[in-house]
Amino acid sequence: MGILEVKNVGKRFGGLQALGDVNLSIAENSVHAIIGPNGAGKSTLLNCLVGKLIPDTGSVMFDGQSVLGRKPYEINQMGISRVFQTPEIFADLSVMENMMIPCFAKRDGAFQLNALSSIPSQRDMIERAEHMLEDMNMADKRAMHAGSLSRGDKRRLEIGMCLSQEPRLLLLDEPTAGMARADTNNTIDLLKQISEDRDITIAIIEHDMHVVFSLAERITVLAQGTPLVEDTPDNIKGNPKVREAYLGETQDAA
Amino acid sequence: MGLTKKDFTLLIIVAILCVFAPFILNPFPEGSAMAQFNAGYPDLMQRLVIFGIFAIGFNILFGLTGYLSFGHAAFLGVGSYAAIWMMKLLTMNVIPAIIISVLVAGLFSLLVGWISLRRSGIYFSILTLAFAQMSYSLAYSVLTPITGGETGLQPKVNDPRILDGVLAAGETPRANLFGLQMNQSYEMAVGNWVFTFNAGYYLAAIVMLIAFYISIRIFRSPFGMMLRAVKSNQQRLNYTGLNAKPYTLAAFVISGMYAGLAGGLLVAMDTQVGAERMFWTASGEVVLMTILGGAGTLIGPVLGAGFIKYMENIVSKINKSILEQWFAFMPDGIEDLLITLVYPFIGKGWHLTLGILFMLVVIFLPGGLVEGGQRIGRLFKRKKPADDKPDGKTTPAE
Amino acid sequence: MDAIILQILNGLDKGSAYALIALGLTLIFGTLGVVNFAHGALFMIGAFCAVTLSRILTLSHTVIDETQKDFLGNPLKVEVPYIYDIFGQTTGDVIIDWAVPLSILFAIPVMVGIGFAMERGLIKHFYKRPHADQILVTFGLAIVLQEIIKYFYGANPIPTPAPDAFRGSFDFGAMLGFDPNTIIYPYWRLVYFAFAAVIIGAVFAFLQFTTFGMVVRAGMADRETVGLLGINIDKRFTIMFGIAAAVAGLAGVMYTPINSPNYHMGMDFLVLSFVVVVVGGMGSLSGAVLAGFLLGILESFASMAIVLETLPGINQIIIYLVAIIILLTRPRGLMGRKGVMEE
Repeated sequence: MGILEVKNVGKRFGGLQALGDVNLSIAENSVHAIIGPNGAGKSTLLNCLVGKLIPDTGSVMFDGQSVLGRKPYEINQMGISRVFQTPEIFADLSVMENMMIPCFAKRDGAFQLNALSSIPSQRDMIERAEHMLEDMNMADKRAMHAGSLSRGDKRRLEIGMCLSQEPRLLLLDEPTAGMARADTNNTIDLLKQISEDRDITIAIIEHDMHVVFSLAERITVLAQGTPLVEDTPDNIKGNPKVREAYLGETQDAA
Repeated sequence: MGLTKKDFTLLIIVAILCVFAPFILNPFPEGSAMAQFNAGYPDLMQRLVIFGIFAIGFNILFGLTGYLSFGHAAFLGVGSYAAIWMMKLLTMNVIPAIIISVLVAGLFSLLVGWISLRRSGIYFSILTLAFAQMSYSLAYSVLTPITGGETGLQPKVNDPRILDGVLAAGETPRANLFGLQMNQSYEMAVGNWVFTFNAGYYLAAIVMLIAFYISIRIFRSPFGMMLRAVKSNQQRLNYTGLNAKPYTLAAFVISGMYAGLAGGLLVAMDTQVGAERMFWTASGEVVLMTILGGAGTLIGPVLGAGFIKYMENIVSKINKSILEQWFAFMPDGIEDLLITLVYPFIGKGWHLTLGILFMLVVIFLPGGLVEGGQRIGRLFKRKKPADDKPDGKTTPAE
Repeated sequence: MDAIILQILNGLDKGSAYALIALGLTLIFGTLGVVNFAHGALFMIGAFCAVTLSRILTLSHTVIDETQKDFLGNPLKVEVPYIYDIFGQTTGDVIIDWAVPLSILFAIPVMVGIGFAMERGLIKHFYKRPHADQILVTFGLAIVLQEIIKYFYGANPIPTPAPDAFRGSFDFGAMLGFDPNTIIYPYWRLVYFAFAAVIIGAVFAFLQFTTFGMVVRAGMADRETVGLLGINIDKRFTIMFGIAAAVAGLAGVMYTPINSPNYHMGMDFLVLSFVVVVVGGMGSLSGAVLAGFLLGILESFASMAIVLETLPGINQIIIYLVAIIILLTRPRGLMGRKGVMEE
């Protein structure tokens, strides 16, 4: 029984069957990658997991509880954090504030009317956020405007924000898309370290084969809305069906 | 008081300005040519601080969350009506009137906000506008038994007022604070200067200081941080396990209560109310005040409110003959030219100046007059802008 | 039955004005993605184009008329419009009488010019700014425009009559076989409705049947793709802004005989027109027109005595009430597209 169990999930947009009949099980504390050519339904699947979309059929269970019909913030409070393709951070706030918001969300829940308490009096929250900034090697940037960070730093910040909620499952949507090679490698190292240091399950949707094969323990290949195969990276590399459906067109990347 | 040193200093400065406003606003001796620029008379001073409260509250919604309401005058109006009814039914003491105005406006804004906040962006603006216009129209027509319709409401001699004693014949009901009448003033003559210390003004100023203090606390609280997060990125907020709806609704209700407080205080000062207080241009005015002064800054809305009320009451009174006096020392041709150039922008044309200033602020100075002041200050200090924030916090400027 | 027809007719002229303003608002919003709070001011400026032209036409010089004497026996001074000198008195009088319709010709270049200037000078810089900023800056512009008009024309409404030929009323009831005088409708309102129909038809035909219109419609649907095709969409958008300004202006010109123009008429119409646009569905041209007429007629029905007896004051709030209900039940309005202004 994995921490995330997707059973018979289907989603249709008008005439387009975006997801056919998806079954997926992600084991606790593993790094699981979902790959597939463009239009394979990777993003649709991800959106079904986090509450942005509600699938037409099937079930999505997280740690024994259904996530279907819950709002994104409720699913997040259950322990699923999401990293977006382009970093979604609070660009108008400082790096420190960015890091504090998820800490408050973890401690106080989805809403708390603490309108008259002052932030400096929240010692535990400040310590926690500072600690996380140190973990992310961003302590020197705590006072900066988050919007003025470099792309790589924005990504680090976003991952740090997700981690400071101590999620059980971290979903990453093409976390290295549009990054320079050096930034990509940094992100890979960061994710590796996270998965080693913490009790956390990582599910990653990725285009970049280099990233996938450096990180994943299991890989699911999605094609035309259905899972083609699920296996270890080594076996996936040699699987002719995968080559045909996917790697055939992007051999350079592999 | 739970404030940082910087914020505390700001609060103290505002408090000092409020206390000495009768001097500061009356810099010109009586009877001098400049006396008409004296703003230190009770009616105007009261309005300056009361509309300051209105704008402070509006800023909690717009400045922090970015939700642009075009209907906040409705809450001010509802607060006013609630206050006047307390004066008619209960007592001319302003305390119950002010308390009830906050509560009623809070309830009304809870209803309006709960519905309007189902949508965002322009739809939210239109919904609030629609609610406010509905309130205005109803107050004018069907609700006449409650609102007095076109004539509005004033306390009458034969109102029940169950807590007050019966008024003697010929006595008019006056708003008071445990006997201290709101229109009571003490005039102090120093040489040619006359300074007026008005009870109502000081009450309103104290309330304004409290309201300002609370707004600083809200700005610096985790709640305030969440509101700025709502404005910055709702998507991230949702995926951080936070529900934006109750945060925005709370901000909406708080700002509605500030509006109600302003409405109650207006009644406490002039004991009358009419539906025009709720017309959408009144909602537009608080938008102008907040943005002109600096949306999202602490002191900006107060400055904006003061600026607009000063223009409305003082600048609007400048007429052609006054201009002629001013420019009399110049050669005739230049004098005429100057008068022709300046005249459209002052006196009755003050709205034109306001509109132009407002556009300039929206285009060039998103932080309003406060940001303008900071830029000028920086120019003089000749400091690099980056060094300006010692602790580097990006919390809003004062 | 006759009462119902009368209310529909009564709703048409207001509905026409709503529809025309909402159409322009939607053109601007749909093409440029800008929420224009100054659109009501354009309507108002259009109305003052009519005022201006009738003033120009009646510009006079004084002549000493030897044939007439005043009571002291001196020759009488008469004001003679310059137009008499050019066209003679008879033609001159006709031209003055027809000042409002003639203003259409005068208003088109003026409004298009103002539209161009507004777009190039101001709106262009706000394409990438948040909608709240667009609302605010155009709100400021609206204040400035109406104050300028107030400075030149004063604060009081200026009566601007329709040509004599249209001043009477038309017994619509008699034509349909009802008793005479049950359904009476001023001619000018019929003219206004017909005029609005023509303008709306022209705009739709223009968008439907010209290449220019096709590009603009494509731009409304997907601006980025059209930009990628290498089509200079910006220039076309400027022209669209001019057209939208002209539509609003013409709506204002022709409205002058119905309501004497004053400087704040734009704001009054703007608030309602925005409600109309939202009800119709942000970005939908047909939605704007449909909602304009629907709300105009609804408003007129709500003012019927029989309705007011049961629901007092409903005529004052019906439009807002409908808007709130529609926005909550059909968030995209009657005919709105998905994703427009959602976030």
